[in-house]
Amino acid sequence: MANFYNDNPVLKHYLNHPLMEKIVALKERDFADADKYDYAPQNFEDAMDSYDKVLEIVGEICGDIVAENAEGVDHEGPQVVNNRVVYAEGTKRNLDACRKAGLMGMAMPRRLGGLNFPITPYIMAADIVSRADAGFENLWGLQDCAETIYEFASDEQKEKYIPRVCAGETMSMDLTEPDAGSDLQSVMLKASQKEDGSWVLNGVKRFITNGDADIHLVLARSEEGSHDGRGLSMFIYDKRNGGVNVRRIENKMGIKGSPTCELVYKDAPAELVGSRRLGLIKYVMALMNGARLGIAAQSVGLSEAAYREALDYAKDRKQFGKSIIEFAAVDRILSDMKAKLDASRALLYACSRYVDMYKIYDDIAKERALTVEEKKEAKKYSRLADAFTPLAKGMTSEFCNQNTYDCIQIHGGSGFMKDYRCERLYRDARITSIYEGTTQLQVVAAIRHVTTGTYLNWIREMEEMTVKPEDEAVKNTLVFMTQQYADAVKAVTEVEDSKFQDFMARPLVEMAGHIVMGYLLLDDVQRNDDLRRSMNVYVKYGQAEVAKHADFIGNFKPEQLKDYLYEE
Amino acid sequence: MSLNIIVLAKQVPDTRNVGKDAMKEDGTVNRAVLPAIFNPEDLNALEQALRLKEQYPGSKVTILTMGPPRAAEIVKEGMYRGADGGVVLSDRAFAGSDTLATSYALSAAVRKLGEFDIILGGRQAIDGDTAQVGPQVAEKLGLPQVTYAEEILKAENGKVTVVRRIESGVETVEAPMPLVVTVNGSAADCRPRNAKALQKFKYAAVPSEVANDEAKKAFIEKRPYLEIGEWNASTVDADLSQCGLAGSPTKVKSIENVVFAAKEARRVENEDGQLEDLIKELIANHTIG
Repeated sequence: MANFYNDNPVLKHYLNHPLMEKIVALKERDFADADKYDYAPQNFEDAMDSYDKVLEIVGEICGDIVAENAEGVDHEGPQVVNNRVVYAEGTKRNLDACRKAGLMGMAMPRRLGGLNFPITPYIMAADIVSRADAGFENLWGLQDCAETIYEFASDEQKEKYIPRVCAGETMSMDLTEPDAGSDLQSVMLKASQKEDGSWVLNGVKRFITNGDADIHLVLARSEEGSHDGRGLSMFIYDKRNGGVNVRRIENKMGIKGSPTCELVYKDAPAELVGSRRLGLIKYVMALMNGARLGIAAQSVGLSEAAYREALDYAKDRKQFGKSIIEFAAVDRILSDMKAKLDASRALLYACSRYVDMYKIYDDIAKERALTVEEKKEAKKYSRLADAFTPLAKGMTSEFCNQNTYDCIQIHGGSGFMKDYRCERLYRDARITSIYEGTTQLQVVAAIRHVTTGTYLNWIREMEEMTVKPEDEAVKNTLVFMTQQYADAVKAVTEVEDSKFQDFMARPLVEMAGHIVMGYLLLDDVQRNDDLRRSMNVYVKYGQAEVAKHADFIGNFKPEQLKDYLYEE
Repeated sequence: MSLNIIVLAKQVPDTRNVGKDAMKEDGTVNRAVLPAIFNPEDLNALEQALRLKEQYPGSKVTILTMGPPRAAEIVKEGMYRGADGGVVLSDRAFAGSDTLATSYALSAAVRKLGEFDIILGGRQAIDGDTAQVGPQVAEKLGLPQVTYAEEILKAENGKVTVVRRIESGVETVEAPMPLVVTVNGSAADCRPRNAKALQKFKYAAVPSEVANDEAKKAFIEKRPYLEIGEWNASTVDADLSQCGLAGSPTKVKSIENVVFAAKEARRVENEDGQLEDLIKELIANHTIG
């Protein structure tokens, strides 16, 4: 009888962020659907009440069903029978509950069968699902792919596929191949156009999450003789048509309930999405940005689960005549875990709000011309979303790995046994900093915003905020950290050596991340005192990390780089 | 073939997680501290009704509950899960009803609802634990009844086929419609609330709830599906002498607060005298019997 939404009040804090009023009004086009659909909100309060109540449903399903099934699903896992994936029993029950609750296609417009929720409450649902079972989040969260259909496919395709997703059909994004992982430009799967203009796909895809989905988005080479990303297009493959078989599923370390498939395409009929040649450079980039936000939510949910497991165990476990939580060494681990968790969540929802703002403007721009003011705002949020998405994915996934590691540490020897949930969390967490772009690739995406000053400008804007007297000291610390960051950026960019700059990219991005999360928590604390401890602890931690990186960069002579570069 | 299904449901205090203050000094339930919930086995019954609705398209599921106006929450909960609507049977005249008076009032309301094929209800409610209301409703309406149902396999050609949970396993029985079926807690869990249905019905109310709120009243008038029926004793033509305290032969003689206190383990030898003493002691302290 657990409710993973109601038992975590901080979620309501993020749901009720001041920017939501604007997001909801824009998303609902000033509540134009109010009398068109019997489930559309009448006004802002009504919409917020609906998000809250629907998240309660999510919390209940996750607490009572998904979390309860997680261990069984981890043990049983999916199987391949006659080239088709058969989910574990628990997975089937989870999916059934989500379908009956109408939690598929949450962000899709009502006219296509969705709930028309902004990204923020949808991401909150993903956060809650991931706390219950990160592997299940992969299946449920692939409804994200409908977003790409909505943004880029034809009206006919939207009307054909999106209502099916909203009704509960699952999706997959078929991108990677044996020789095309991080480097998607090397994708080889062949798309050939027949005389009647229709397309067929031939080849192999690998590491495809939920590869036996009902509806697939497929990246394939449509331009014969091309070798780079500009020869790739995006297609929809509908399982009802047949032509794709599952050859095998991978035996993974974690998220074992989520089938990772090797797919064989044999003259599989497919529909082109949007324009040829834009598959990778436009559509996959959009798809990946959505997926990265999803992984950030998955990471936060896992961090939450890890913290709670650790806290419960530390209260319960007695050594030397008292609960181990009474030892400062244990408190130190737990408070750091909580601070990283809360900082991750602050960043996740800041990012989701930015994504909401620019995506809604993009959508409105299809209906009417935006005003000058709106265009300016759309541009601002698009840039912020672009800067915050890799930062959020990179930082939250690294923190969730640290938190699940520390969760085992709190459990001591017992944590190394299969008997406790913490070992599954640890295995499930490991992939978050790898898939949808490794942390190293998130750094590649984020470093642009270090050098062009997106982060610094954002930070300077935050410096303008007035804070409660008791938070002045934290703010001063953040101002000091910002100076160290600005100096470090200058020191690195002054060295005209791209290898050196690549080498220093990660510490610079991390420094920006610590300051950004510090300011986000500082802002949160002005409205919610419950986060003050986490803010204080996080800024202490961030201050030390920033100083460490500043020290490393400050004492590093460019000629020392050669010691790091591999030589035979 | 479509079915007309009535689900009897009760709003009960959540007695599953009781704290120290769950009982008042006088031994009655302290409803103020226990959240009001949908009686768990009534949810099992609702799930069976909703499955029949899926199996036989065009079927209608109506929730019937007796209680104060706030019991409309139960009807709404049912609508969030797929019920078509419902009625709250509410009247001061029903206050203090025991199971006999309750089943009298419910059967009067069922008659008022008109044609139906199946009445479903939970085996028992977690506040009273009597398991009497379902069977008594059947008797009052002169209907056959199937108790301890776990799954309704089909409802065709005037007959239902039901799997019952019995002590030593399960048995499958057939019974003519219309009838009363009470559903056991071992039946399938009820489906979750649906996000669209919740947003659609969240403002549903009984008339007395919105009597003093013109805006809400107008909103419901515009959307008739939001009105939950609210009936009283006269709406259902009830004979007042059979309602409430007047119609309740059950009199509470005394209430004892039973405190289960775990003590140290005690060893009893496998010997007749000692075992008999133990049994007597367990009966005396209400552990068994």
